[in-house]
Amino acid sequence: MSEITAEQVKHLAYLARIDLSPLEITNLTHDLGQIVDSIAKVSEVATADTPATSHPMPLTNVFREDVVVPSLTVEQALSGAPDRAGDKFRVPAILDED
Amino acid sequence: MTYLTKLSAAALSDLLISREVSAVEATRAHLEHITAVDTDLHAFLHVAGDAALATAAQIDARRAAGEELNPLAGVPIAIKDVLATQDMPTTAGSKILEGWIPPYDATVVARLRAAGLVPLGKTNMDEFAMGSSTEHSAYGITRNPWDRDRIPGGSGGGSAAAVASFQAPLALGSDTGGSIRQPAAVTGSVGVKPTYGGVSRYGAIALASSLDQVGPVSRTVYDAALLHDVIGGHDPLDSTSLTERWPSMAAAAAAGLQDDALRGVRVGVIKELSGDGFQAGVTQRFNETLALLVAAGAEITEVSAPNFEYAVAAYYLILPAEASSNLARFDSVRFGIRVNPESGSLTSEHVMSATREAGFGAEVKRRIILGTYALSAGYYDAYYGSAQKVRTLIQRDFAAAFSQVDVLVSPSAPTTAFKFGEKLADPMAMYINDVTTIPANLAGVPGMSIPIGLAPEDGLPVGLQIMAPAKADARLYTVGAAIEQLLEASWGHTMLSQAPALTPTEMFASEEGAV
Repeated sequence: MSEITAEQVKHLAYLARIDLSPLEITNLTHDLGQIVDSIAKVSEVATADTPATSHPMPLTNVFREDVVVPSLTVEQALSGAPDRAGDKFRVPAILDED
Repeated sequence: MTYLTKLSAAALSDLLISREVSAVEATRAHLEHITAVDTDLHAFLHVAGDAALATAAQIDARRAAGEELNPLAGVPIAIKDVLATQDMPTTAGSKILEGWIPPYDATVVARLRAAGLVPLGKTNMDEFAMGSSTEHSAYGITRNPWDRDRIPGGSGGGSAAAVASFQAPLALGSDTGGSIRQPAAVTGSVGVKPTYGGVSRYGAIALASSLDQVGPVSRTVYDAALLHDVIGGHDPLDSTSLTERWPSMAAAAAAGLQDDALRGVRVGVIKELSGDGFQAGVTQRFNETLALLVAAGAEITEVSAPNFEYAVAAYYLILPAEASSNLARFDSVRFGIRVNPESGSLTSEHVMSATREAGFGAEVKRRIILGTYALSAGYYDAYYGSAQKVRTLIQRDFAAAFSQVDVLVSPSAPTTAFKFGEKLADPMAMYINDVTTIPANLAGVPGMSIPIGLAPEDGLPVGLQIMAPAKADARLYTVGAAIEQLLEASWGHTMLSQAPALTPTEMFASEEGAV
């Protein structure tokens, strides 16, 4: 049995930048424990001499010519932003004051 | 004009080309049918009626002027809401993108516009394509046209239901672990996941980038092939896009309709995708289809893919890991909603965390947390690293199988459509449902689902999955069209002609003056 704790879920939620309610943490702790138990079987067949595959079709170094091509205008790029200041995205403070 | 909605895209195309029917008439017929039945089914999240009629009118004018157009010009199409459309909201079924109108079109959308197809609207889906039932959409469920109390499959339940209920002859879907093929199976329609890299993903909101593929949804194999020819091929905007020159899928499907198309075709039955856990009626229809194939001259061999047993486990490590990274872009800065925390300081970090708490549904949170866990220090090798090795083993199983046979077959899904709520409380029960479709995504090979009958015990559609080696998509269309023709000849009708009429709401709607 895997031992997923509520503390661990809280930490993962912090890493993933998602606030979770106490109820969500309880539920996720339970779900995650169950899921991890079911998927841990991958280690049964993953022997040291088996190479890893990250991508179904191996492609490397996909380059294009270094030339200017049409792209979004500033207005288009900002069209979906929740907040803007002139031609820029406006964001809340980056650093905490306390 | 209701009969126009019953036609295949190919048959409608013939009428449009001969100008017996105008694109405006065809579009209007579909819009009226949507009005009549979709309040109940909820296949669409957005219907762009005026824009569709305007597009159709332009096609009619160009055709009248003698312009040479794509055969599908003027044929209506529905678009899964995971694909960016610059004139329609694009939400991927999530609250976090509510109302977002992208500043660009996905390449597949741009290609279907260039070919003159008429976009009708955007279809419902599990949030960010995470699910097998469309119950995880933030905008409500979509009902299965065969039984309103059952799921239409997922994540592309909206596209499958739209096509199966004659609201559109064609739709676009996306398939990360079965999201095109499983909805096709449970709605009696056709769905194709092309070879990884065969169709551009530029403008498809990413779930798991090493698995996602965009593909056609339709009622006939030939229609899917026509649409595949429009959307497929190299796209420099997608760096995983293959640079091959592809054969015509429509020509491949047409070849399947010739006599003796199945003679000598080597068909492999995957031992591990049968037996325990498969509904009796699914197995029965699958075996009957194999008998038809033998009678048509195909050679059936049983093949073993011993590592498929580990596919679901590997998938539910790889997918959440990639999703947790892809969905980091929803940071409340560039697009989507922004929600301030109820307490604490208003820093970017706090605002991002509050936004994601409010904007993501339970399944999305579950998978992001799981993916974050799988990628975290101390667990990476045991989980994500092992899953990538399983992926190699599954590719080897496919390579061994395809050294003996031309195509592989299995049931598309272990069961027919299940009831709403049946698997919601148990995530693993929902995940295991994708056991048949996941291996193709892990290996990048193409797969197709076609209807093969109704399960005797519940009268619901059963699908056959056909898989081919990577880049041999054309083979799927030849074999798929041949099997479809054999089955329809044995039934004396098409599969979807047997679907229950959606008359109650139609009558209700006509009382309201909607039709």
